[in-house]
Amino acid sequence: MKYKLLVIAAVATILFNCSDNKVANNSAGTDNSSKEKLAEKFGLTLFELENGIGPIKEKLILGPLDIEMASKGQNLFEEKCASCHKLDERFTGPAQRDVFERRTPEYIMNMILNPEEMIAKHPEVKKMLAIYMTSMTFQNVSQEQAREILEYFRKVDKEK
Amino acid sequence: MIKNKIFSLLLCGLIFGLVITGCSNQQEAGGTDEAAKRVYVAPGQYDEFYTFMSGGFSGQVTVYGIPSGRLFKIIPVFSQDAESAYGYSEETKAMLNTSYGFIPWGDAHHPELSETDGVHDGKWLFINENNTPRVARIDLTEFETAEILELPNSAGNHGSPFITENNEYVVASTRFSVPIPQKDVPIKSYKENFNGTISFIKVDKKTGEMSIGFQILVPGFNYDLAHAGKGPSHDWAFFTCYNSEEANSLLEMNASRNDKDFIAAVDWKLAEKYVSEGKAKKVVTKYAHNYMNEKTQTAISVMNNEVFILDPKDAPGMIYYLPTPKSPHGVDVDPTGQYIVGGGKLSSVLPVHSFDKMIKAIENKQFDGDVDGIPILKYDAVIAGEVKEPGLGPLHTEFDDNGFAYTTAFISSEIVKWKVGTWEVVDRVQTYYSPGHLSVPGGDTKKPWGKYVISLNKITKDRYLPTGPALCQSAQLFDITGDKMKLLLDFPTIGEPHYAQSIPAELLMKNSKKIYKLEDNEHPYAAKGVKETKVERKGNEFHITMGASRSHFTPDNIEGAKVGDKVYFHVTNFEQDWDIPHGFAVIGNKNSELLIMPGQTRTIIWEPQKVGVYPFYCTDFCSALHQEMQGYIRVSAQNSNPEIKFTLGE
Repeated sequence: MKYKLLVIAAVATILFNCSDNKVANNSAGTDNSSKEKLAEKFGLTLFELENGIGPIKEKLILGPLDIEMASKGQNLFEEKCASCHKLDERFTGPAQRDVFERRTPEYIMNMILNPEEMIAKHPEVKKMLAIYMTSMTFQNVSQEQAREILEYFRKVDKEK
Repeated sequence: MIKNKIFSLLLCGLIFGLVITGCSNQQEAGGTDEAAKRVYVAPGQYDEFYTFMSGGFSGQVTVYGIPSGRLFKIIPVFSQDAESAYGYSEETKAMLNTSYGFIPWGDAHHPELSETDGVHDGKWLFINENNTPRVARIDLTEFETAEILELPNSAGNHGSPFITENNEYVVASTRFSVPIPQKDVPIKSYKENFNGTISFIKVDKKTGEMSIGFQILVPGFNYDLAHAGKGPSHDWAFFTCYNSEEANSLLEMNASRNDKDFIAAVDWKLAEKYVSEGKAKKVVTKYAHNYMNEKTQTAISVMNNEVFILDPKDAPGMIYYLPTPKSPHGVDVDPTGQYIVGGGKLSSVLPVHSFDKMIKAIENKQFDGDVDGIPILKYDAVIAGEVKEPGLGPLHTEFDDNGFAYTTAFISSEIVKWKVGTWEVVDRVQTYYSPGHLSVPGGDTKKPWGKYVISLNKITKDRYLPTGPALCQSAQLFDITGDKMKLLLDFPTIGEPHYAQSIPAELLMKNSKKIYKLEDNEHPYAAKGVKETKVERKGNEFHITMGASRSHFTPDNIEGAKVGDKVYFHVTNFEQDWDIPHGFAVIGNKNSELLIMPGQTRTIIWEPQKVGVYPFYCTDFCSALHQEMQGYIRVSAQNSNPEIKFTLGE
């Protein structure tokens, strides 16, 4: 009985490690069929794998930078996000200025609007949690406000 | 003679109790398995009812789930609570302000849910404080005390806070009569100088805010409990009183001499009319009105200085006495509003008065004398029936949805079920031990939900593992869906649970608040985001406006405070998601910690005694890095001039 448990534990560990590696490999990789496999493994669509899980279900048309919207986004970021996120340094969570190098705009909005489900289901977010150890939570923003925060990220991205 | 009577009553109780105990086990619900199934709420599942219990001398309200008997929350109301900082924090201290000054403790008795059309509407819960007369209102979206109103010209606010059908009034009667207004007189001049009062507290329909509408001056009896009418008796409220002997000493003997005391019936609609016609006298007095400002999340205390008092002599037809045997305790109105049950605790029958008969008796002037001009109605003219053998020491009655009533018998430790209308006892079940109030969900409303009765027992004795001389208090849950009441569950309670009220879970769950919105926080020291954190000196006040998020304080290194300063930690919880409170504690603090809900600002004052560098930390395990959530404050010498610095991550 003891052995059985050990074997199960060992297999589980191996599987877990394997799956972790796969996530890491895939996020860096470009192979479409392996992306499909990964999405299937986590019960996600390819769109969700790329763009996150949440209210944003199709690609956004961003248009030219809207300075007024970005300024609203900055206020929101400072009030509701800046306690954990800085632009250029790791804090409770990752630095945000270079977020577009890592994430799509839709992913960013879904992460802001639906962090709980993202943490529960998305392989990328699970990986981030293992690094940062503190769950991101919903900060009670509307979809419109999340869009304003996104616009602020676009603005600071250009200021790099 | 009286001694003998009491002795024989007690003896009867003992024998009766023994007889009943012998067969009580047969009334457990088809054995332990079935009872266990009835109260089992599987992990992750919800209870069917919220039950609000008075915390008695703990001064608080407790929130339980029924049928599981699980405790969810202790709501601090009349007593300081070091866990939540209620009554310690700068934002909540004013809630405990009274005309006597700050009072850190109260004796909470009767929780009463607000009503619309005589049915619980789930907006507010009211509860009275007996010792320093007050009534509190709890907001049921946040399960926190929103308001406390002190009652002047009152002593022992026991008959309270019973509510009229549409929250028009919360009523409150004095258990102790006193000189009104207070004056220096011999105690023996009781009959000449002492009075009781009955207060009618107005409730704002939208906000729930309370104000004293008027008070009625009544003869110097002990006014014990109350209930408002409903349906046909909507305009009336009923108040039991004992000590019609007007004794001022050894009341256990001297207030038990008369065969009958009274239920006072008050026509509050007529009283309202008299007040509007200027029949009430404006009396100068002093009482505190404390309420939470929603925007600043801070309690405000206002001292009021006048009330309107109606003297029954100037208000004919407003109040009548219904003779009721014998030192009645509870007064309970059935769901139809037709019957008024008096719990005559020393009586061998349970009298039920008829509202229709009362109105006819008033019309026909069927009086049997008066007390200070208040007509006493003839007992035979108002009585609808008597429940025979209602158990010994009947106290309180509640009703189910099938036309039955349930009465607690304190001395014989039982609940007696009887039929409204025939007055016939149909079942009785033993309780362990000595029940005071009982509670059927919706059991004092127009439409009881029925299903269960909870017995709130005064004595616990051998029911649980012993914990030294002081034992937990005890409630028992019975199934009342069948012909026979069946014991389902014992569960411990906090303080003395005088009364409880239950409401279906779905009526409250949907309105339950999850966070306070940061953008709506108008606290003068709120930090809406890290940019607004700051440290300022104002004389010897050292104000730290700081924020908390998982897992750090902003700022967490603070310098510039001095010995002799009053250091204000104003902590805003930046989180905006459910169930992420943060705590705050600093070494050597002489009051309490802080517990801060998402989006809220809470303040505690710390007065450092010696120079040094002192740690503070988060007390509520908030994240994996909770143990890292700490900071330091530097305290310099009183005569020094240290630079103010505040940083994070440097």
